[in-house]
Amino acid sequence: MNLALSDEQVLLREAAREALSRVDSLQQARSALDHGPREDLWPIAKDAGWPGLLIGEEQGGAGLGAFDAMLVLGECGRRLAQVPLLGHLPASAILIADGRCDEWLAGLAGGQLRAAYLPASPPTDIDERWSLDPMRGWERAPLPVAHLDARDGDLSGSGDLRRSAAERGSDERRQAAPKDGGSETVDGGETVIVNGTFAFVPDAPGADLLVGVATLANRPVGVAIDADSSSIHIEAADSYDGARSLGHVTLRDTKARLLQTEQEALADAWHLAQALIAAESIGAVEAALEISVAYAKERHTFGRPIGSYQAVKHSLTEVLRQLENGRSLLYYAGWSREGAPEQFPLAANAARCVAGRALEYASRTMIAVHGGIGATWEHDAPLYFRRAQLTRRLLGGTRLATDRVAGQMLAQARAAP
Amino acid sequence: MDLEDTAEQAAYRQRVRSWLAQHASEAPVLRGEGALTDEAEVVRARRAWQGRLAEGGLAGVTWPKEYGGQGLGPVEQVIANQEIAAAGVPGVLDAIGVGMLGPTIIAHGTEQQKSRYLGPMLHGDEVWCQLFSEPAAGSDLAAVQTRAQQIDRGRWVLNGQKVWTTNAQFASFGLLLARTDPDVAKHKGLTMFILPMEAEGVTVRGLRQISGEAEFNEVFLDEVALDGELIVGGVGNGWATALTTLMFERATIGLGGEGLGYSATRFAAAVASVQGAGADPTVRQRLGVLCAELTAVRFMGYRTLTALQRGQIPGPEAGLAKVTLVNAATEAGELIADVIGPEALQRGSDWHHMICFLPGLRSAGGTEEILRNTVGERVLGLPPEPRLDKGMPFSELRQREGARA
Ligand SMILES: Cc1cc2nc3c(=O)[nH]c(=O)nc-3n(C[C@H](O)[C@H](O)[C@H](O)COP(=O)(O)OP(=O)(O)OC[C@H]3O[C@@H](n4cnc5c(N)ncnc54)[C@H](O)[C@@H]3O)c2cc1C
Repeated sequence: MNLALSDEQVLLREAAREALSRVDSLQQARSALDHGPREDLWPIAKDAGWPGLLIGEEQGGAGLGAFDAMLVLGECGRRLAQVPLLGHLPASAILIADGRCDEWLAGLAGGQLRAAYLPASPPTDIDERWSLDPMRGWERAPLPVAHLDARDGDLSGSGDLRRSAAERGSDERRQAAPKDGGSETVDGGETVIVNGTFAFVPDAPGADLLVGVATLANRPVGVAIDADSSSIHIEAADSYDGARSLGHVTLRDTKARLLQTEQEALADAWHLAQALIAAESIGAVEAALEISVAYAKERHTFGRPIGSYQAVKHSLTEVLRQLENGRSLLYYAGWSREGAPEQFPLAANAARCVAGRALEYASRTMIAVHGGIGATWEHDAPLYFRRAQLTRRLLGGTRLATDRVAGQMLAQARAAP
Repeated sequence: MDLEDTAEQAAYRQRVRSWLAQHASEAPVLRGEGALTDEAEVVRARRAWQGRLAEGGLAGVTWPKEYGGQGLGPVEQVIANQEIAAAGVPGVLDAIGVGMLGPTIIAHGTEQQKSRYLGPMLHGDEVWCQLFSEPAAGSDLAAVQTRAQQIDRGRWVLNGQKVWTTNAQFASFGLLLARTDPDVAKHKGLTMFILPMEAEGVTVRGLRQISGEAEFNEVFLDEVALDGELIVGGVGNGWATALTTLMFERATIGLGGEGLGYSATRFAAAVASVQGAGADPTVRQRLGVLCAELTAVRFMGYRTLTALQRGQIPGPEAGLAKVTLVNAATEAGELIADVIGPEALQRGSDWHHMICFLPGLRSAGGTEEILRNTVGERVLGLPPEPRLDKGMPFSELRQREGARA
């Protein structure tokens, strides 16, 4: 029994905190809301080696686990830093599982290439369909449809696709390398043509590579797509959260490389995204609580600090309670992805459920504890509130994660003797 | 990070498992077919079973060997509890003694007290109760008024009343907090005693609870004479001794939910067994949240164990685990009764006792409000509320309260 961070993990977290302290990410989030420039903190991520966290050392990555990635996301969440790992890491996980994407992985590990994950939610105990977040409304949307390219091997096949992306560095991201006519074939990877729309995809704007799920002959398959293709339309979505970049991705007869990734690994990417967004949320809760507690100690009314009033004290301990629960579940998720993978879906979604609720409560409490000033544009509290509001509705939302926890538990109960 | 057993822990688990395989048939049946119904019978059978668990090394695992324990770590105790639960047999009857009062005596008692009381406590030969709360002292425990006066060298006489005393109806001994000096500040004039329940002047009267059963009692003390050798932790040190008990109490309740049967798996199984309930979106949202919270408490327990293994002492935040456990189990009771309907509330239903018990458990071992005050002040460092009783001698405080009334 050892449910604690290792020394290396403590160092990783401290290094992340230190790296992010060099930018005023909260101010950046605020000015992005005023239509200022959206700062891309990818250079910080590259310097720190975060793009390659999950990628093996042979491919130039750090060869670390999901828990390490969650620690980094937690630090990003604290400072609302816009480091586009939420898209990049689950996408990397799918390519790692494919096992034949080494050249891409090298670029992804070094951060010369940035990937975004096209999120698709796997079946539950009572719904056997894969589904997407809808553009609007309550009903989940169907997966995009893929079919085999009749002209496979013809111009700009998947091999071409892979090379063109791999040859580009992020700095030269917009200067696409010349296509070489597609004479190269890729280790058995076929090309498919995909049509469909993914709504509110985290970190899609500016990504070099899109990795997700489509259905091919009624079977979910992994696909990887060079984002540079003219048949892809990525519309930046106006984001309620200045530190969150989102895009709607529309594929029209878009060529994609068909991956060999197993369905379980495609599902794992979804659960990984849940764990990462949970970690990011818990980081934000930590910061919101620290700021609120500090204010509750210094602000006086009726001759004493407001933190001595039970109404205030009990709200803040409620934030702490939810925070500690969320943190415990992050440990569960972090441990289980490698230590007990069959439990990872439960752990990741339970973490998302508790973390999402925690952030919602923490951000509202933060505004309330600060009184009038907490409700102003200049204060940081509304930035955490915006983070909570949008996050709650992304990647299936806290609601779908909660539903999946129930589904997992019910399925276990039905299977028990 | 690793939740797997080490080689030694796995070997220990194997030993526990094979012991249980051999002896589970001796365990009393408390639920379902062939269950014991007579209360006295249940207590007798559970005491005997506690003795078997202790002999098998499954109870008091962390207690020192010389007092009948195994001298092992908290992880091994958890392993034993997990295996006991998995085998579907009851755990120890005297969880208050084995989990809270025994450890208090181990920490503060004299050598003589340890060798006299711990063994029979562990084996269920003598059941214990916790005589702390009084009519005018619950949350404000340091306000106890039960008076202990020294009559001559080494002899004390006790007068007063305790209340909400779980298990007093069949206990042999109680750990009792009394006031020995009213003329100093309220936390200072307290002393902890061991009370033989058979002593002359002790009267136990059952108090029926929400369920209709009487699991707790009021205990009256009328000129009860005690030997000074029954003092635990020294005269005037009662508050420090009590805090030790309270620390073990929070950990026992907060992290011992599985032992009470408050587990996500059991609650989900109840919902799954009701046709149609598991497909209802609202039911699923409620079940998802409470299962996530109960799972969180389980892993918070592992974090606490890791800290214990490293020699760290768990902080007051363990109190938050109790808050989560009680509230999530309460919500589970609500949900299960919603999906089953009124039948769930009937006497004899699996859920009747739990639904009746939880509103009281919210108060037992520290109310939610008191836990939040403590955590807010000790963990978050928020300023305490102004107090009207600080530093004032207890007798003066009482006079003022009297004058106000
Ligand atoms: C099932 C059960 C078993 C028990 N078993 C035992 C036992 O074996 N031995 C034993 O000694 N005791 C036992 N108790 C007693 C228990 O510890 C007390 O009930 C508890 O500490 C509350 O004290 P009280 O009942 O005096 O309530 P009070 O202290 O009077 O509290 C009444 C209400 O006021 C609130 N309140 C009080 N002070 C504050 C404050 N400062 N700030 C905010 N709110 C406040 C409380 O939260 C509560 O809601 C048991 C109780 C129950 C319900």
